[in-house]
Amino acid sequence: MSLKEEVEILRQIPLFAKIEPSKIKLLAFTSERLTYQPGDFICRQGDIGDAAYFIMAGEADVIVDTPSGPMTVAQLGKNDVVGEIAILINIPRTATIQAASELTALRITKDVFFRMVTEFPEMAVEMMRVLAERLVRTTDELQKARQENNA
Amino acid sequence: MEHSIYKYILRHSMKQQIVLTLMAILSFPFLFIYLEIPARIIDQAIQANDISFPVEYFGVELDQMAYLYSSVGLFLVLVVINQAFKYVINVYQGISGERMLRRLRYELYSRILRFPMPTFKKKSAGEIIPMITAEVEPLGGFIGEAFALPIFQGGYLLVIITFLLLQNWIMALAAIALYPLQAYFIPKLQKKVNALGKQRVKLVRSLSDQIGESVNGAEEVHAHDGSSYMRAQFSNQLSKIYSVRYRIYILKFVVKFLNNFIQQMGPFFFYGIGGTMVINGTLEIGVLVAAIAAHKEMAAPWKELLAHYQRREDARIKYGQVIEQFEPAGMRDENNQLDEPEELPHLTGEMVGTNIILADDTGSMLLENLNLRFNLNERVAVIGPAGSGRDALTRVLARLMDPDKGKLSAGNIDMRGALEAVVGRRIAYVGQHGYVFNTSLGDNLFFGLKHRPLHETIYEGEKKSAHDTYVVEAGLTGNSVDDIDAGWFDYELANVADQTSLDARALEVLEMVDLSEDVYQLGLRSTLDPDEFPESAELILSARHMFFEKLEADPSLKNMIEAFEPDHYNTNATVAENLLFGTPVGNAFDLDRMAENPYVQKIIEEADLTETFIRLGYQVASLMVELFAGLPPDHEFFQLYGFISSDDLPEYQAMISRIDWDHLEQLRDEDRLRFMSLPFKVIPSRHRLGVLTDDIQDKIVAARHRFAKNLPDHLKGSVAFFDTKAYSAATNLQDNILFGKIAYGYAQAAEKIGALLSSVVDEMALKQTIIAVGLNFHVGTAGARLSANQRQKLCLARAIIKHPDMLILNQSTSSFDAATQGRLMKNILTEFKGRGLVWSLDHADKTSSFDHILVLKGGKISESGAPEKLRAQSTQYQEMLAST
Repeated sequence: MSLKEEVEILRQIPLFAKIEPSKIKLLAFTSERLTYQPGDFICRQGDIGDAAYFIMAGEADVIVDTPSGPMTVAQLGKNDVVGEIAILINIPRTATIQAASELTALRITKDVFFRMVTEFPEMAVEMMRVLAERLVRTTDELQKARQENNA
Repeated sequence: MEHSIYKYILRHSMKQQIVLTLMAILSFPFLFIYLEIPARIIDQAIQANDISFPVEYFGVELDQMAYLYSSVGLFLVLVVINQAFKYVINVYQGISGERMLRRLRYELYSRILRFPMPTFKKKSAGEIIPMITAEVEPLGGFIGEAFALPIFQGGYLLVIITFLLLQNWIMALAAIALYPLQAYFIPKLQKKVNALGKQRVKLVRSLSDQIGESVNGAEEVHAHDGSSYMRAQFSNQLSKIYSVRYRIYILKFVVKFLNNFIQQMGPFFFYGIGGTMVINGTLEIGVLVAAIAAHKEMAAPWKELLAHYQRREDARIKYGQVIEQFEPAGMRDENNQLDEPEELPHLTGEMVGTNIILADDTGSMLLENLNLRFNLNERVAVIGPAGSGRDALTRVLARLMDPDKGKLSAGNIDMRGALEAVVGRRIAYVGQHGYVFNTSLGDNLFFGLKHRPLHETIYEGEKKSAHDTYVVEAGLTGNSVDDIDAGWFDYELANVADQTSLDARALEVLEMVDLSEDVYQLGLRSTLDPDEFPESAELILSARHMFFEKLEADPSLKNMIEAFEPDHYNTNATVAENLLFGTPVGNAFDLDRMAENPYVQKIIEEADLTETFIRLGYQVASLMVELFAGLPPDHEFFQLYGFISSDDLPEYQAMISRIDWDHLEQLRDEDRLRFMSLPFKVIPSRHRLGVLTDDIQDKIVAARHRFAKNLPDHLKGSVAFFDTKAYSAATNLQDNILFGKIAYGYAQAAEKIGALLSSVVDEMALKQTIIAVGLNFHVGTAGARLSANQRQKLCLARAIIKHPDMLILNQSTSSFDAATQGRLMKNILTEFKGRGLVWSLDHADKTSSFDHILVLKGGKISESGAPEKLRAQSTQYQEMLAST
């Protein structure tokens, strides 16, 4: 896959929709495109995070260690962003991401990521939207879990 | 050492000085005749005074012409004889001087090795180094001429004066009339110069001390913005030196002026008095001419004598000032270091110290009447608060410091009088920051095994005569005659049979101190000379095959390495690497500057790729300009991803705006080269530019073959071509095994390949071979190429491998993290079970696995015993345990 095709794919991701093509090109150029075999780990819970990943093809599981053993809490697919929390607030990875199929992801380093976010407020807003959605979903699930517990 | 330079010279080179003096005296008769001949030529041969031709010599009749020629011929012969004397004397002087200089330097250096440790607190390397190097340098020259020069030149002068006196005593007296004046004034001036000279030597020493400080403390200077202060300090010292040198110059030139003035007075008298006498007819003109010539001859020796006098004073001061620095109190006896015991005794039984007293240089007590006793088959922990004398005690036990009073014995050996051969082999000591020498890792590891040349190297033919000369020269100058190339390894001491078992043991010890993985990694990244180690190279080569077999067998790994194949373009390597298809040796094919190489240009042109490369370059440059134009110049992307540095970017920007895609043929030559250079750095799978089409790749592969085939002879050594079947000396072990590029774009490729590599290494039992290569790694000045922890571990390994009867560790592991400390302590305690180990520790909680504990307080041992006993009975030990 050449740089041009990558740029085309990236532009379809909502997060990058409003960003100038040349900046997306820079993003693509400075970021590593990685292929994972099924079962490979993209990141592991507890590791120090230095990059976020944009899934360009394939599926991945989000796995969290619980006292009763590892638990798959979500599925990720094309155009999903993963691993951004650890680089946003400097905490260890909150979950393990494991490739469920052959998977291609763009690895964006912390440095490039922050640069893009500060330079393009649209991207920051989009990021906030993604995080907010996730928060809503988590809150929802928490509530459900509590109700189940009470019941 | 002798305190006067003359005594030193006579003691060590009496014979040479006598020979030189005799040669000088022998030359005088010839000199006298040489001076006399000109007068004879003028008076007799030319003017025919007091002679009637033909004359008869030895039965041969000579007319005036023949007489003239034979006189002139004789003159020429004497010139040759005199110059030959000078030549021989000078050479002999030079050799004697150089030998003495070698002896002096060697003696001074040996003295450093015998200095008591506290001396190094007061003397810095910055002060000592110039003393042995620069300061004694002129002494060599002086020593050669110390006696011969004044005798030769003085005699020369006397000959000339005698000659003058014989010719005409009035004129002779006139010519030397002013010498007494010089002889009176010059020493007076010289005394002042001497005093200044002494001052200068001291100032220069402190100057080099400061330079040394600035180098060693460079971090501190930067961290505290101290550079201005350092500069001011340096300037201040330079100013002092300047003012001293200035005064020396003034005085020296006053002396010179006086000398020259007085010298020129001679002709004044000759022309005045002699001229009067010639006019009055009381003097032959020939005599006057000869006298003037002789006086001119006098100038040279007289000048030499004065200069010698100045050099002598200079040498006297320097010698004195250097020697006094090399005689610190408490220096070890020479024999203590050099004597070799008949049989090296083991330290067994009890280590007993009684009434040991030690004070530091300020007089404060470190050890006060300390008494100790422990068994040499016990592992002893020494604990106590800071300032309790733990540090001093370990140094006293290691015999690095002499106690002021007290006795120390190990079994029936008196340790205070024991030879260094015993102490330095049976005891090992490691402090907090051990020193690593600027040589290979292995040399450092085995440093403790090299005490004496044990296994003589046998020389033959030319090498033998060279070695014999070496030994003779060393003997003549009192130097060490030990052969540096002999086998120095003391296998017996290390408790091994030979080199092979020593290597195996080294592996064990490196493992013990947690260093083997580091050395293994260094080994992987080092190169190996296949001519020197053909077996290792062969092993690495078979590792390569096994590696590729395994790679082929595992579909998930298969694509992670792109091997170098002669007929395939490697998409994970740069264009430059693809074209060269080898590792550059030397600078001829610098991968970053390939485009500038005329041979590369020729190959590119022949492959019809020049135009393509320029267009590729244009494309790359446009992209770079588009992507990077907005970035600040110091942004790390330029370094990480840039084909173009931030400095060059504006130029490319200008070139691109000047010329468009359709008019590239109008480019200027230097711009063409600029564009040409860019594609060489492109790695298709990494940069994903999509510009390197299959067609271009094929052409590059074809060019690669032509490149190798047509390589001119003078460039043949500049590339080590990739060869599937051959080991490459130019690349490191890892690259030799991988023989390809780790592919971009595969997650954790480096880790997975690394794991595969180590499985190959394990299966083939290659680790030892690779570690052996790692041992050849050069550690740099004071081990700077290793981390601080690696250096310290190396020092521990060095101490363990010599298998000492007693290992003394002075908080040697305190700089490691807790986990490493624990691991090392466990390993070392296991290794030294049943042997002597003294370990000074800063925490009581680590002492439970030891056999015996000494608790220090105020320079005395306050408690001692087994850990269980102390835990039960000693409140002090309990308190120390509780506080940690």
